Amino acid sequence: MKLLVCISKVPDTTSKINFVDNNTKFDESGVQYIVNPYDEWYALVRALELVEKHGGTVTTITVGTNADDPTIRKALAIGANDAVRIDANPNDPFFVAKQIANYASNENFDIVLTGKETINYNGSQIGGMVAELLDVPYISLATKLDVDGETATLERDVQGGVEVVEVNTPFVLSASKGMAEQRIPNMRGIMAARTKPLNVIPAVEIENLTSVLSYSLPDAKSGCKYIDPENMDELVDLLHNEAKVI
Amino acid sequence: MSVLVFIEAKSKVSKAALEAVSYGSKIGSTTVITYGNINEQELNIIGEYGGEKILVNRSLNESNDQQLTNLISAAVEHTGANVVVISQDQTGKSIGPRVAAKLNAGHVSGAISLPETANGFVVNTNVFSGKAMAKIAVHSEIKVISLLPNSHAPVKTNGSATIEEFNADLGEGKIIVKELKTQGEGIPLPEAELVVSAGRGLKGPENWGIVEDLASTIGATTACSRPVADIGWRPHHEHVGQTGIAIRPNLYIAAGISGAIQHLAGVNGSKVIVVINTDSEAPFFKAADYGIIGDAFEVLPRLNEAFKKFQSSQN
Repeated sequence: MKLLVCISKVPDTTSKINFVDNNTKFDESGVQYIVNPYDEWYALVRALELVEKHGGTVTTITVGTNADDPTIRKALAIGANDAVRIDANPNDPFFVAKQIANYASNENFDIVLTGKETINYNGSQIGGMVAELLDVPYISLATKLDVDGETATLERDVQGGVEVVEVNTPFVLSASKGMAEQRIPNMRGIMAARTKPLNVIPAVEIENLTSVLSYSLPDAKSGCKYIDPENMDELVDLLHNEAKVI
Repeated sequence: MSVLVFIEAKSKVSKAALEAVSYGSKIGSTTVITYGNINEQELNIIGEYGGEKILVNRSLNESNDQQLTNLISAAVEHTGANVVVISQDQTGKSIGPRVAAKLNAGHVSGAISLPETANGFVVNTNVFSGKAMAKIAVHSEIKVISLLPNSHAPVKTNGSATIEEFNADLGEGKIIVKELKTQGEGIPLPEAELVVSAGRGLKGPENWGIVEDLASTIGATTACSRPVADIGWRPHHEHVGQTGIAIRPNLYIAAGISGAIQHLAGVNGSKVIVVINTDSEAPFFKAADYGIIGDAFEVLPRLNEAFKKFQSSQN
């Protein structure tokens, strides 16, 4: 089995979110980067489990600059065989998808796995775009994946429930909570990761279809109004007359 | 501008679908594309929310990403639409980016505002799990917008829509649905306007009756914090937060949840937050509109009674 896992770096979940340069850039000062949890905990770990069971290789792919290398090494330490980095700034989802699809189209991967979204841009975009560019099915929000030969069985979240689906390889999926459990890399993995191949490939030229003009922070709450726990009639009255939500 | 709105309406036109139709009609002349066996009477509701024409494909019954993408792009060609709007529910997440890639169109994921068109085409979106917003400029000729549920209130107009059957070459469906495990009746969390949620402060799954009673009184959907889902007190589909579901209800009532930053990321799009906690130092109070420092075991039943009293006074 030949598996490709898309890996992205994101600010740690406890990071303070601020912007600089007239609100056009994310303020990176003091921010620690991690592998996007959906990419790591679910997509990567499930890919490794499948290869441990059925044999094969797990390659990670990242569109980014050398600032991404530490998080790529982390993915290698968890157990990926090798890594590819397309050397470019990932500013537009279509640009990123096109780079990944361009690489994958020559490599005959059985499954391309992504996390269901990154926790910074929350776009949920790369998997669907890559699938369209490769002309293969896309199973989004998958919580379970098993493979038997060329046939995969998955569970995915749909409106009002969970769908059990069957699909033949090759396909693309986005992994959601439940697909696997987080793995902590051990010392041997960390040592091995230093010498595993990280191939840097130039990007193909594509125009960006979107760009971020600026960022803003939500208006701060005006402060919490405390209500006597004995007096819930007052809360109901405020929800009706002041907040107008009831 | 000419707008195409895709809605999934297997038997009923959902609130999220009406939001997308209403949103589209604010941008331009709106055609709606849908599929399945839904009856015309139900489809007529779309006209009341700004849809002018409805194209319905009767040959497709299952949500299959490649076939839906082909259906939508055929409808784009048929109508000459330059803006495509899709509600960003689970199906929308699956096909929105796919449709954009097929049309070579820039895609706005998680839109929370109408486009500003004074200078280009700019839409506000949610980023950093709701902790910030971004203005996204779309440069392509066709634009695809995935609209976040509960971010555009549907507005009723006095219009009506014509309904046409629409056939197109959809190709083969490669995903075979073996089984659908439903989560039962009730409003799904991403669409819910009222949500009652509880956390470890409830001390055990056997105590959830007071949460469910309050939810049923006001017609709310129940939710929970991550630890509660992880230890199996509540099902995973109820987990709201950074790694669970992100919601934007009008009212979020949280009992016995301290308000870790990861939980806030999933709920800070709520219009009004009520926090009930015994610990006056719980970080959640900083994000709350109304706070009650007290024991959920006493406060929730009392709040339930107060709502009942209010409801009977309204009748």
